[in-house]
Amino acid sequence: MTDTATAPPAARTVPPPRATAARRSSAWLSAHPRFRLAFLLTAPLFWLVVVYIVALALLLVTAFWQVDSFTGEIITEWTLDNIITVVTGALYQTVTLRTVGIALLVTLIDVLIALPIAFYMAKVASPRAQRLLVIAVLMPLWASYLVKAYAWRAVLSQEGILEWILAPFGLHTPGYGLTATVITLSYLWLPYVILPIYAGLERVPDSLLEASADLGGKSWRTLGSVVLPLAFPAIIAGTIFAFSLSLGDYITVNIVGGTNQMLGNLVYTNVGAANNLPLAAAIALIPIVIIFGYLALVRRTGALNNL
Amino acid sequence: MRLSRLSRTVLGVVTGLILLVVYLPLFVVLVNSFSTSTSLSWPPPGFTLEWWGKAFQSAGALEAVATSVGIAVVATVISLALGTLISLALQRFEFFGRDAISLLIILPIALPGIITGIALNNFFRTIMGVPLSIWTVVIAHATFCIVTVFNNVIARLRRTGTNLEEASADLGAGIWTTFRLVTFPQLRSALLAGALLAFALSFDEIIVTTFTAGSGVTTLPIFILNNMFRPNQAPIVSVIAVVLVIVSIVPIYLAQRLSGSEQTRR
Repeated sequence: MTDTATAPPAARTVPPPRATAARRSSAWLSAHPRFRLAFLLTAPLFWLVVVYIVALALLLVTAFWQVDSFTGEIITEWTLDNIITVVTGALYQTVTLRTVGIALLVTLIDVLIALPIAFYMAKVASPRAQRLLVIAVLMPLWASYLVKAYAWRAVLSQEGILEWILAPFGLHTPGYGLTATVITLSYLWLPYVILPIYAGLERVPDSLLEASADLGGKSWRTLGSVVLPLAFPAIIAGTIFAFSLSLGDYITVNIVGGTNQMLGNLVYTNVGAANNLPLAAAIALIPIVIIFGYLALVRRTGALNNL
Repeated sequence: MRLSRLSRTVLGVVTGLILLVVYLPLFVVLVNSFSTSTSLSWPPPGFTLEWWGKAFQSAGALEAVATSVGIAVVATVISLALGTLISLALQRFEFFGRDAISLLIILPIALPGIITGIALNNFFRTIMGVPLSIWTVVIAHATFCIVTVFNNVIARLRRTGTNLEEASADLGAGIWTTFRLVTFPQLRSALLAGALLAFALSFDEIIVTTFTAGSGVTTLPIFILNNMFRPNQAPIVSVIAVVLVIVSIVPIYLAQRLSGSEQTRR
């Protein structure tokens, strides 16, 4: 360092960098932005399109194929049988209604629980408490999905803590069944609903709430006319997670649902034990259609930008 | 909005109650891991360290942990590479179809796991004729892990802008040198945060794994699911559950620190 500082300021020429392969490719790419973009996009797009989009499209195609009942091999002949079975079969109708009902109920419960806690986190708690609350909400998100479902199996069991707490009041645990499924699913997806709603409420400026109060708006009026409309897209974003995740679940209902089945169970049995992939694919189309329908319905609210 | 003292207190109490219910099941699992009862009965008839000892000697559990870690590491590395490339493309270039690509990236986690799972199962077995193995799990996991890396990296790219990279180019650095000395160091903590999330997502994934794992592949979630209903194994599952929750504090702490240091740097 000291050498260069004391040396007389001479006009030094910097030798041009050696024309290595890296240097040449770099110069060429700088001059050709389209190829730069192609270089960045090729690998990830190849992966996503080949592994994911093609797989999804082929799932759609497979739903129109059938299985040879003797050999168990898939015959690539076009048939509407699977679709007709799924649309008209009483079993599929019952299970679809049950699954959608559970998903809607879980979504509603999660929003009702998430609103007060998210509001407290965003608008009432001190900055320090806010940070701690975010961690407290995030922590169970990191705990394993199975661990949480299993924990509810322990809580709801006939000999579990809930029975122990409720028994003195003459009440009983719901045991394993649909109620238990709804409770457990609501519990599992709650952090996914709280976080977007919290983020949405944080973005509502305090000045608007003060303006509403200055104009004579009572707390409830401010909530209904200012806070909720502004936070609406965030609330919808939260419902997408709860709804979509509930619709495809089959493991929770296995753990706490007793003998009840959801759509996921039917897909799972047909992939595994029954070895009928085309029928499984046809059943899987039900949640796909419902979710795309839901996404199309809420697209206008701008919720998709809040995910 | 001027909330009265009463409504503030009520909101606080409600928040506290919700958090209590959120933590109650985890607490029950913690206590059960020391319980002498094998049937999850409450209150525990007695306490023992037997399950903790057994869990750490269970060859199946340890092997499952190793499998899960291996899959999560490879899936994370793949998603780091692909996620970084695609976020550079989407943030630094304007081109036709950009919105479609960002939708494509979030689709694997927006659709329920069972759809991703059955689509890939069908793709590997029926269409490609590839038997399911540990590699089919890695491919599936990498696909839905891309989005976590993408979200973190693109947020960082948006904030840092291109000034430093242009300065580097003006000073004569080529594309590779600029990436190595300017872009990558700026991305480092975002990449770490994305990698942590991707690792956690892969480590915990059960539904997609069930559909894409070969018969000999037992990840930790599959091990837990297989042993949950066996009376003599159930307390060991409790132990694993407790260990998982405790271990998960580390990434939360790290992620929190990473985002904290970002705020001070700004």
